[in-house]
Amino acid sequence: MGIHVELEKCIGCSLCVRACGVNAIEIVNKKAVIDLEKCTLCAACVEACKKYQAITITKESSGGTKNIADYKNVAIFVEQHNGIVAGVSYEMLGEGRKLADQLKEKLVAVLLGHDMQKQADELVKFGADRVVYYNSEKLANFQDDSYAQIVSEFVDTEKPAIILAGASAIGRSFIPKVAARVWGGLTADCTKLEIDVEKHLLLGTRPAFGGNLMATIICPHHRPQIATVRHKVMKAATRDEHRTGEVVVHNVETEKLTIRTTIVDIVKEVESTVNITEADIIVSGGRGMGKPENMSIVKDLAEVLGAAVGASRAVVDAGWIPYSHQVGQTGKTVCPKLYVACGISGSVQHMAGMQSSDYIIAINKDPNADIFQIANLGIVGDVMEVVPALTKAFKESLGK
Amino acid sequence: MNIVVCIKQVPGTTQVKINPETGTLIRDGVEAVVNPFDEYAIEEALRIKERVGNAVVKVITMGPPQAEEALKSAIALGADEAYLISDRAFAGSDTWATSYTVARGIQSLGTVDLIICGKQAIDGDTAQVGPGVAEMLGLPFVAWVRKVEEISDTSIRVERMMEDGYEVVSMPLPGLITVVKEINVPRMASLKGKMRAKKAVITKLTAESLAADPAKIGQKGSPTQVFRSFVPERKGGGEKISGDVPELVSKIKSTILDLNVIR
Repeated sequence: MGIHVELEKCIGCSLCVRACGVNAIEIVNKKAVIDLEKCTLCAACVEACKKYQAITITKESSGGTKNIADYKNVAIFVEQHNGIVAGVSYEMLGEGRKLADQLKEKLVAVLLGHDMQKQADELVKFGADRVVYYNSEKLANFQDDSYAQIVSEFVDTEKPAIILAGASAIGRSFIPKVAARVWGGLTADCTKLEIDVEKHLLLGTRPAFGGNLMATIICPHHRPQIATVRHKVMKAATRDEHRTGEVVVHNVETEKLTIRTTIVDIVKEVESTVNITEADIIVSGGRGMGKPENMSIVKDLAEVLGAAVGASRAVVDAGWIPYSHQVGQTGKTVCPKLYVACGISGSVQHMAGMQSSDYIIAINKDPNADIFQIANLGIVGDVMEVVPALTKAFKESLGK
Repeated sequence: MNIVVCIKQVPGTTQVKINPETGTLIRDGVEAVVNPFDEYAIEEALRIKERVGNAVVKVITMGPPQAEEALKSAIALGADEAYLISDRAFAGSDTWATSYTVARGIQSLGTVDLIICGKQAIDGDTAQVGPGVAEMLGLPFVAWVRKVEEISDTSIRVERMMEDGYEVVSMPLPGLITVVKEINVPRMASLKGKMRAKKAVITKLTAESLAADPAKIGQKGSPTQVFRSFVPERKGGGEKISGDVPELVSKIKSTILDLNVIR
C-alpha cells in the first residue's frame, strides 16, 4: 500500500498541492513531494493529476469475505411505518429488479413487521422473486437493535451479494450496524447504481462534500455490497398482478430479540401536511421573503400546487418556520420533481440540499444571485409580487 | 460520569470552489475546522456535565497529526481531555475501518458512560461511523438526537428526529447517541479556555498502543474503495428572464404545467 509520484511524468504544476485537503504535498525542485505522515490516501491528488497521471496509489486489500461466490441475489430492505410500506421501498424494488436482471439473479425483499402477511404477498406483485418476512410483535416498530439483529441474520442465512435500503432516518441509522457486524461494504446515500456484470460488482455513486464532488464506490472483496439509496432518485416499481414468487415467513420468537432501547412516544409534527423528503413539488422560502408573516405567501403557493413547504437555513434560524422544513446541508436533502426557490440567494449549503431536484425554478430580484447558476428557469423579479400573482393564476386555472 | 465525544477535522466547505479548468475541488487556503455537527456533540457533552455535576468530557479524533488542532478547539470550549488516534497504518480507512479504529480508541480510555457523535461529517456525509462505533463496542444506540430529556448514571431519555416528527426513546447507559443541529446552540470559546487549549496535553494513540488488529485497519480493513471521483455537472444556468409580473407569471405557469407534476 502506498502513494507514489512518478518523477518523469510530474511537471510540477502544483494542481495536486491545491487539491490536497491536508496540505501533504509540496513542490520541491519542480516535482511533487508527498508527506506520508500527513497523507490520508484520499486520492484527491490522483484525480487532480488526471492529465499527467503522475500520482498513483497502490491498493492493498485484506482477504475479505470467505466463499465470496456463495453470495448471490439482490436483496432490498422493505421499510414500513405502522404496517404501511414506505415509498422509498417501492423505489428499491424498481431499482433492485433492474440490478437483479442485469446479474441474472433473484430479487429478494426482506420485510420486518407484525401482521403484514398481505403486504408481504404484495411485494411479489411489485417485482420480488422471493420475500423473506420476519413477523413479530416486537418488530412492528423500528428499533436499531432488533432490526440490525434480524437483517444480520438474514445476511448469514440468505447470503445476498447486494443489499439496498432507503437512505432514510431508519435506513441510515441501522444499516451501518449491519455492515459493521457482517464486515460488509457500505456506501451511503447513493444517487446512482450500476453493475459491472463481468466482475459481479455494484458501483454506487454518491455525492460528498455537500454535493460538490461525486464518488463512485466499489466493494471488491467483501460481501454483501450494501448501499443506502437516496429517496426520489430511483424509479418506483409498478404493480403487476400476474407476477409470481415465493413468500417465506419467519415467526420470530420474542425472547430471541434483544432490544435495549424503549420507544416511549411517537410524535408527528410536520407543520404542513406534506413531508418535504416525500414531496414531488417543494416551494421554498428564503430571507428574500422579508419577514415571518410573508412565509404565508410561500405556503399559499405550496397549497395550490399540492407542494410541501421548504425553507433556507436563514429563515429557520430566524424562527420563521420549524427546522423540519429546512433544506440544505444542515437540514434535509431533497430531490423533488420541481423545486421552486422564492427569495433564496443560494448558499453552497442550501444548494447542496436541493441541486439534484429534477427541475428548479428560482425567483429572486437580484439577477446575480447564485441560485440562478443551478436554476433551469430563473425569474428576476420581486417575490412579493410574482409569487402571489402566480398563486392566483393557478387558483383560477385549477379551479381551487 | 465519563462522556466521550468523537470529532472530525474537516475542510470548512463554504469556501469550496471548483477549478473550472481541471474540474477538481480547490481546497488550498481552506481552513480546517471542527465538523459543525461535532460542535453540537461537544456542546451537548458540556451541558450534560453542567447538569450532572460530576463528569469528565473526553474528546477523541482520528486523523493526521494536524487534527490535533480540532482537539484543541474542543479543549478551548471546555472539554477535559483529548486523544488523537493517528498512525500511517490507518491511512485509507473507509467507514468500517474507521469505526473499528475509533472503537478501539474509546476502549483504551477505560470506563465510558456516554458517547456522543455528530450525526455526520460534512466532507464524507456518510453518517456511518457513529452507528458503526456503537456496533463495534456492542453498545445501544440512538441516532438523530435533537434533545436530551433526562439523563442519570444508568439511563438516558432522548428525542430522536424522524422525517415526519420525533420519537421519545430511552436507553440504558453506557450507550451512544448521534446528535443533529437542532439540539443546541454551541458556545464560543472563552479566553481562559483558549489559554488552557494552548497548554493542553494531547494523548496520542497509535495502531500499536491500541493493539489494533492489522487486518481490520487502514486500507486493508476497508471493504470499500473509491473507484473514481468526479465533479458533478451543474444543471441549469438555464433560461433567466425578467419582465413585468403578468409576463413572468405566465412563463412560470406554463413551465410548471408542461412539467406535468401537479396531481
